[in-house]
Amino acid sequence: MSNVIGIGASPKRKEDQRFLTGRGNYVSDIKRPGMTAGVFVRSPHGHAVLRGIDKSAALASPGVIAVLTGDDVKADGLGSLPCGWGISDAKGVPMKEPPFPMLAQGKVRFVGDMVAFVVAETPEQADVAAELLAVDYEVLPSVVGVLEAVRPGAPQLFDDVPNNICCDWELGDKAAVESAFKKAAHVAKLSLVNNRLIGNPMEPRAAIAEYEPGTDRFTLWTTSQFPHVVRFLMGALVLNIPQHKLRVVAPDVGGGFGVKQFHYGEEAVITWAARRVKRPIKWVASRSEGYVSDRHGRDHVTEAELALDETGKFLAFRVNTLANMGGYLSTFGPNIPTNLYAPLLGGVYTTPAIYCNVKVVFTNTVPVDAYRGAGRPEATFVLERMVDVAASEMGIDRVEIRRRNMIPKEAYPYQTPVLVQYDSGDPMGCLDGALVAADVKNFGIRKAASASKGKFRGLGYSTYVEACGLAPSRFAGRLGARGGLYESATVRVHPTGQVTVMIGTHNHGQGHETTFAQIVSEKLGVAFENVDIVFGDTDRVQFGMGTYGSRSLVVGGAALSKATDKVIAKGKKIAAHLLEAAEVDIQFEAGKFAVAGTDRVKSFEEIAGAAYVPHNYPLEVLEPGLEEQAYYDPVNFTYPGGCHIAEVEVDPETGTVTLVNYTAVDDVGTVINPMIVEGQLHGGIVQGVGQALFENAVYDEGSGQLLSGSLMDYCMPRADHMPMMNVATHSTLCTHTPMGVKGCGEVGTIGSPAAVINAVVDALSHLGVTHVDMPATPNRIWRLLQNASLPVAAE
Amino acid sequence: MKPFAYHQPARIPDAAKLLTSIEDSKLVAGGMTLIPTIKQRLANPAALIDLSKLGNLSGITDDGATVTIGAMTPHAVVAASELVQTKIPGLSALASMIGDPAVRSRGTIGGSVANNDPAADYPAGVLGLGATIVTSTRQIAADKFFLGLFETALESGEIITAIRFPVPLKAGYAKFKAPASRYALVGVFVAKFADGVRVAVTGAGPGVFRVPPMEASLSENFDPTAVAAIRIDTDGLTSDIHAEADYRAHLVTVMAKRAVEAALS
Repeated sequence: MSNVIGIGASPKRKEDQRFLTGRGNYVSDIKRPGMTAGVFVRSPHGHAVLRGIDKSAALASPGVIAVLTGDDVKADGLGSLPCGWGISDAKGVPMKEPPFPMLAQGKVRFVGDMVAFVVAETPEQADVAAELLAVDYEVLPSVVGVLEAVRPGAPQLFDDVPNNICCDWELGDKAAVESAFKKAAHVAKLSLVNNRLIGNPMEPRAAIAEYEPGTDRFTLWTTSQFPHVVRFLMGALVLNIPQHKLRVVAPDVGGGFGVKQFHYGEEAVITWAARRVKRPIKWVASRSEGYVSDRHGRDHVTEAELALDETGKFLAFRVNTLANMGGYLSTFGPNIPTNLYAPLLGGVYTTPAIYCNVKVVFTNTVPVDAYRGAGRPEATFVLERMVDVAASEMGIDRVEIRRRNMIPKEAYPYQTPVLVQYDSGDPMGCLDGALVAADVKNFGIRKAASASKGKFRGLGYSTYVEACGLAPSRFAGRLGARGGLYESATVRVHPTGQVTVMIGTHNHGQGHETTFAQIVSEKLGVAFENVDIVFGDTDRVQFGMGTYGSRSLVVGGAALSKATDKVIAKGKKIAAHLLEAAEVDIQFEAGKFAVAGTDRVKSFEEIAGAAYVPHNYPLEVLEPGLEEQAYYDPVNFTYPGGCHIAEVEVDPETGTVTLVNYTAVDDVGTVINPMIVEGQLHGGIVQGVGQALFENAVYDEGSGQLLSGSLMDYCMPRADHMPMMNVATHSTLCTHTPMGVKGCGEVGTIGSPAAVINAVVDALSHLGVTHVDMPATPNRIWRLLQNASLPVAAE
Repeated sequence: MKPFAYHQPARIPDAAKLLTSIEDSKLVAGGMTLIPTIKQRLANPAALIDLSKLGNLSGITDDGATVTIGAMTPHAVVAASELVQTKIPGLSALASMIGDPAVRSRGTIGGSVANNDPAADYPAGVLGLGATIVTSTRQIAADKFFLGLFETALESGEIITAIRFPVPLKAGYAKFKAPASRYALVGVFVAKFADGVRVAVTGAGPGVFRVPPMEASLSENFDPTAVAAIRIDTDGLTSDIHAEADYRAHLVTVMAKRAVEAALS
């Protein structure tokens, strides 16, 4: 077949035709007959008792159809927003899991907490009515930081959650770690903050809900990364809607980064309200509304200690973290700073003993959940900063200390002391590749050139590993997952040989329509343009778990590969019949079924035709049709990793950090589409650089107001912040996924913050600077230089 | 956004009359501040009076000693103007640093000056050059025009029609951009005239202000070293999540030095 575009090729992305010509179909593009507008009334206070809500003025406002509050939710007996993971403390005591009502009841717990939903004929009328809603708040003091939240006397969010601690969680052999520390020649210590982030997908969240009384069916269009999971959680656990009566559609979605992989109260409220008002309702968040309602990410305070012997070998690693959960438990909230964090503290090193304690803490802030990388950037940041601190204190070169502790390629599969077993990897190979690609040997020349301009230049390394391809269900179940984490795919071959794939993952910018089509094109030998990928509609696609945790290719692609194999297997049976040969003698290659060693062949199209026009067909033993489905549940996580090297220049006059070079050599396993992988790496790196240098969600302690509440105050990384990135892959194949893939969606975000901050510290190390918290803003750097009490005057 | 009336007068007296006769009415020039504020329902004017159809408010003229810029002249036009680049290159450089290309194409000098955002760029240029604000009723010296946070000497019904800039011997602008908004965290405009030097600072405090010690020192010796050791008092400077007052004070010195370098380059 002439137009096969298979594994390893970089065709232009299929989906870009509609995206780049303005023909995408996003939720806010959809219009339904008789559609009304919904607006959420949100708490302006971080913490308050809801004494009462007077709806009368809002209801009397022109065009208003309904005003719904927490009392209405309670009256209808609806459930609380469910948490998808239940973690426990060391004694097996389950986490505190207070209810998360879809509209606030009794109290509000963060600025943005939903108090009421107003439905009107137009968005303007809904806005006016929302302003007229009289809410009587008794304002309470807020607590927003984790250190403050666990202090005696801190404001308490829930009566039955003492000290605001949701769970005092741990992992690892505490006794083994303590005994290793006693024997240590050197102990390095580090205190750090992992700054709170806001996701900022280009498309704000939005939803439309519609109820059809004739069929008693609901449809929810929503900006979601996992429509089937929304259908399950919302239908089964919140609104009591049978699954077959609920359709959830996530059409084109403009970026997710995790922000859209949760079941949000807005989805439940609008679906519930649509039945009450018997008309479709649309809600579209503004950017400002997203800032106080989209789940935030990160927000840790950590103390870490590394025990080393006299040669710099790591003996044990001890980490104590306070992790912010915000005001309620979001869908995956408690899983992120625990199960997706502590198991990665081994990194690419042979540290034999590791212990991690995480106190998961409620505060008066937006609930915190997964954001690109989700737990793994936090772990990598702690570990890779710690390694640099230890190297510096012991006077060992930063590359050398990494080499002395790195897991050699031959040692894989490698069992860490913190649950996970790495199947494959070559961290030393990635490091060696990156050292060359980053031209490290000439760094001294570049540093001198910077110095001649009055600038300080620094180099930073991050040799990291992460766990993705979420997730082996049985393993996840033991860790507290309340659902499965497999994926599904259906390959529908049409009578003419074209193919439609229904897959349970969701494409919101990753290029799945292209990558998955390449897999089918390669495996079935059909033309690339003859394969379409369908996703995001529970009425069209079998149950699937959606897209997050770098899982789509790893888990979804594996399901697709399996389903495609089933198509080939059935095709062989049909071909054997048509070619009057034994099934074992049929070979399938390049889109042709052939009798081995002969010129007797049937094309893929001929077999498809025969399957749907079964005149000459083994109907006694084989069903007509050519459509196969497969589910795939991985046996392990995958472990992409690599080496990132950042090079920065610091202007001591202003404190400005400029990223001047960036090199990444990553092991992502088999690469299906190099262009798309490169794009994922680029985007991931920029997001990590954003955390390291620019982004910071800041709350006011006491009032709970979000001070960085818009793009005027929350600094996203921009094109002119970035140098040209030098990215390459150095792949070892995953041993347990069908195609050897490992996933690439999050590696950039995971590897980069430590590389950048290590570079900043390196640039300032001659002044005695040993650590810089993120984001390394000009003000923060200038303050450090002031405290270093060295002359950095303006002249 | 709440509904509002919209007027597009053709003559300045008509615009002034609408402004005084309609309660809660607002002039809109480029709308770069007003429109986002309305969209967020932070401003809810009853009427917008669009100045874009008033004749002769856009354009740049030169009479040798003075460059006059019409109030409705967009930043991009000032930035690209050969006349401004030749006569007051520091001012065209300032215009080129405002916002982003979209803002520079829509935003106007009159709108920026009338709004007097404490972190806007133009107030530093206007005050630093000792410009004259020409309105529908009078002429106001820059030193008497900017009255602090979003406050100006403009009276009800008064409309800026042009800004007159005396041509300096040298002038330069240096801006340290706020990382997110790219407004001036600190911006310093310096201008050297035959009778002395003026230094105006934006972004650092609640409104644009001059720095007499720097002016005196630069009048003696127009060189970066003349300001490098002059520290300004942190009292009254802004502290926020991006920059503390002492850091802003430090940046005033650094940006003043760089503005002089720019003026001399």
